[in-house]
Amino acid sequence: MDVQPNPSKEFALSRSERDSAACAVGGILNEQGRTFDGSRILRMMANMHDRSNGLGGGFAAYGIYPEHKDLYAFHVMLDNAAAREAFEEFLRRYYEIETEEVIPTAPLREIRNRPILRRYFVSLRQRVLGEHYDLTEQDLVVRHVMQVNGNIKGAVVFSSGKNMGIFKGVGYPEDIGRFFRIEEYEGYLWISHGRFPTNTTGWWGGAHPFGLLDFAVVHNGEISSYGINRRYLANFGYHCTMHTDTEVVTYLFDMLLRKHGLGIEEACIALAPPFWDDIERMEPQKRELVKALRITYAGALLNGPFGVILGHTRGMIGFNDRIKLRPMYAARRGDEVFLASEEAAIREISPQLDSVWQADGGKPVICELKVPLAAPEKEPARA
Amino acid sequence: MRRWLVQPEFKVERDPARCIQCQVCVRQCANDVHSYDEDDELVSSDGASCVGCHRCATLCPTGAIAIGRSQLDFKPNANWTPENIRNVYKQAEGGGVLLSSMGNDKPWRVYWDHLLLNAAQVTNPSIDPLREPMELVTYLGRKPDQVRVERGPDGKAKLATEIAPQLKLRTPIMFSAMSYGSISYNASRALAQAAAEAGTFANTGEGGLHTDFRPYASNMIVQVASGRFGVDPDYLNIAAAVEIKIGQGAKPGIGGHLPGEKVDAAISRTRMIPQGTDAISPAPHHDIYSIEDLLQLICAIKEATGHRKPVSVKIAAVHNVSAVASGAVRAGADIVAIDGLRGGTGAAPTTIRDNVGIPIELALAAVDSRLREEGIRNRASLVAAGSFRSAADVAKAIALGADAVYIGTAAAVAMGCHLCQRCYTGKCNWGIATQDPFLTKRLNPDVATRRLTNLLRGWSLEIKEMLGGMGVNAIESLRGNREHLRAVGLSDREMAILGVKPAGE
Amino acid sequence: MKRIYAREEFCLGCRLCEIQCLVRHSKSKKIIKAFRQERDQITPGVMVESAGHVTFAMQCRHCDSAPCLEACITGAMHRDPKTGAVLCDADRCVGCWMCVMTCPAGAVRRGKDQKAASKCDLCAGDKTPVCVLNCPNEAIVYEER
Repeated sequence: MDVQPNPSKEFALSRSERDSAACAVGGILNEQGRTFDGSRILRMMANMHDRSNGLGGGFAAYGIYPEHKDLYAFHVMLDNAAAREAFEEFLRRYYEIETEEVIPTAPLREIRNRPILRRYFVSLRQRVLGEHYDLTEQDLVVRHVMQVNGNIKGAVVFSSGKNMGIFKGVGYPEDIGRFFRIEEYEGYLWISHGRFPTNTTGWWGGAHPFGLLDFAVVHNGEISSYGINRRYLANFGYHCTMHTDTEVVTYLFDMLLRKHGLGIEEACIALAPPFWDDIERMEPQKRELVKALRITYAGALLNGPFGVILGHTRGMIGFNDRIKLRPMYAARRGDEVFLASEEAAIREISPQLDSVWQADGGKPVICELKVPLAAPEKEPARA
Repeated sequence: MRRWLVQPEFKVERDPARCIQCQVCVRQCANDVHSYDEDDELVSSDGASCVGCHRCATLCPTGAIAIGRSQLDFKPNANWTPENIRNVYKQAEGGGVLLSSMGNDKPWRVYWDHLLLNAAQVTNPSIDPLREPMELVTYLGRKPDQVRVERGPDGKAKLATEIAPQLKLRTPIMFSAMSYGSISYNASRALAQAAAEAGTFANTGEGGLHTDFRPYASNMIVQVASGRFGVDPDYLNIAAAVEIKIGQGAKPGIGGHLPGEKVDAAISRTRMIPQGTDAISPAPHHDIYSIEDLLQLICAIKEATGHRKPVSVKIAAVHNVSAVASGAVRAGADIVAIDGLRGGTGAAPTTIRDNVGIPIELALAAVDSRLREEGIRNRASLVAAGSFRSAADVAKAIALGADAVYIGTAAAVAMGCHLCQRCYTGKCNWGIATQDPFLTKRLNPDVATRRLTNLLRGWSLEIKEMLGGMGVNAIESLRGNREHLRAVGLSDREMAILGVKPAGE
Repeated sequence: MKRIYAREEFCLGCRLCEIQCLVRHSKSKKIIKAFRQERDQITPGVMVESAGHVTFAMQCRHCDSAPCLEACITGAMHRDPKTGAVLCDADRCVGCWMCVMTCPAGAVRRGKDQKAASKCDLCAGDKTPVCVLNCPNEAIVYEER
């Protein structure tokens, strides 16, 4: 057994409408914004080796590109030179490219059939922004990412945030981490995923985390409400192109947090609302709010078993489906907070913990930076 | 009427070994099929006027009565069916429009029977509704695009978006519009009581709201149809919601007619028309000749109700149903009810009932898709109507995109209806579609209420089982989730319209 | 005590109550046999009264102060001490018909056998009388009021 299946994007997408997965998830945040390298998250994931089957692993790291922090860092998978040509032509049409390079990798026996992996540090051309008075810069980036992933054959933008990056592929997470040399990056927040896909063979683009702008999502579970979540998102201009249920989680967070301006807590209520019986028992102000969120975002309700970690510039959120059908442990030690599918994975890198607990079903564990970032990411307001 | 060419449809057979001459059948048949000869001390039957309602057979204490199709066969002819031949006989004799009742009985494709639901295995645990919460609560009405939240001085989040009025349903099944007049007082009362008990809604139809039913008004949707019978500000304001009836699936483009004989004192008061006069609902609303007129009526009703009630627009599923529905939503409808080809009626021209409109499955799928394409799906809830026979039909409709369904025929059947399709004669032996005091008292509303709530309960439990099987625990995760449907035996084009994949894919 | 009440607004006039009463009080308890062989000997305790569309099932009220009890010359008409039901002991009845004359409800009748008075016995110890059990429209109820 040494040839791992590595289908192309088109092949993978032709196989199934969506893919869902069991898996391992993990995350580490330093609340003081102090950075640390990727070796610890690597050990965390290696500890949960048996939760993956070698068909996908990945990492998202925040704070790793301080020298390019104001530029979008596009990580791109390209099947071949033609895909690269088509992608770069598209990119140049809308963006100034400051730097472009191959994503450094270490040749590894376990990692095979890798696509071309490149990264581009870019800024949106002002001219493009001027053509769309009703869209923000981020709206346009979202649109472009969807255009590439949906329309350009053999090209996938798998990371599109600023001062953060996603590294993922087909393999066990610890191998993918070594392949991408993540020990060489320094970030204040890391999240990771090891995959056990059930509905399709693995492909590089289908690995987690799924990213959009600064959001990165890793997901253990199956979104049984995918069919309606996907149709609901289409209402708001999000087109699912990666054919995996994790994608909808990413887009829903982007819509609720960035577009609709909800707080993290409210967004989590929209995605995994309390039961009606519990809503009825809330005090009136809260009840009205939760009821409004639930009926308005009925199409956004995530159902089925899941444990999700959402990474964003200011921290991470761990949360479970409403009846907690998947594991999610949270722990704290000093300035560090941890999330993982298994407590053992957390103890692996931090044997002594101040506290450790299980996330409740439907109730998010919100982990946030306690300090402002050096240069807060703030999009200029637009009329 | 002399009907010598029209032969009986049914044959009534009495088993002499079982008949005890008790005459229950004689007393129960409003069509005088059974008679008792005092001289001979013998009950006998004449099937000529039998409508096949089974009232006699159901009440016969010894099971002595059997009702079968008449054995008088025509020479087999795939084109000229016995029904076609009989209809020509009837019209040659009477020269009129043939009437029918209940829904379309022709073998048009029932798409529900070509759609299969999903269930979870291994990767996703199915959920046991007896042990875990399983939520069917549904809110009907306009939803905002997004919710805005503001924080008070105490830091607590507070809702800053005004939510339009909503109907809260404990289960996504409502009772379709059936007017007091087309159905009896007792049947109307049972529907209202059952809706209140089950936490759902009954629709008055265009018959006004009898004063006795006012206690149930918070579980009633009042209808404003082309005849405007029974409509006044009080009627609009006392109800939970107002429905403008544009069309009905059983007779799209056709009005209604309650004969004067049925307009007794109570119905006259409720409909606000003189006793004994025909209640004629025109084919169109004569103040709605276009979509902008509909907008005005919706606005007028909202003004009249202080914007406190959702306004529904009920349309028949016709060829351009998605355009009509989209127009209704843009005209301000908070709920769009679509009534399909197989929807029922108290009376309709047979040829209209059987040949006009499109199946609800295709209409519903097309409308849901269209509203989503236009980005206005959240502006109105969709209610599907037109023959839901089981909980599975309801679940499939919800998966196609319905927020809730209306049941009319199923509700009537729960009350005892045997689908003899003779509502228009006013001689309903089951006491449902009649105003004859001999017959109306046959429907004890408390019994009927219990049967209706039992049906809703049974179907709700089954829907919960199906949801749990799919591994979801809230109805909104099935709503519009066509991933949970697969088609068997449909063409690519049909599957494209339904938005479903073939089984196996 | 629990009594049988008629709800005339829902009585169909089908007379299934009479039929089932007759069967219940037959020897065979089999409907066809009872009608074929015993119909002439049994008088149902319930009878459906009708005028126009108004119909209702009528049977002994088991009055608290029962005129039939007062009028009975042999003590055949008696009250069951346990249930409070007014019953007729056919063995002691001499057929003077004073009970029939005095009953304000007309609920005591001459038995078809012409020997003793016949009336509702609340189905002698059954949990629910058969007329109540078999009314298709729940127009006869058995309850405490």
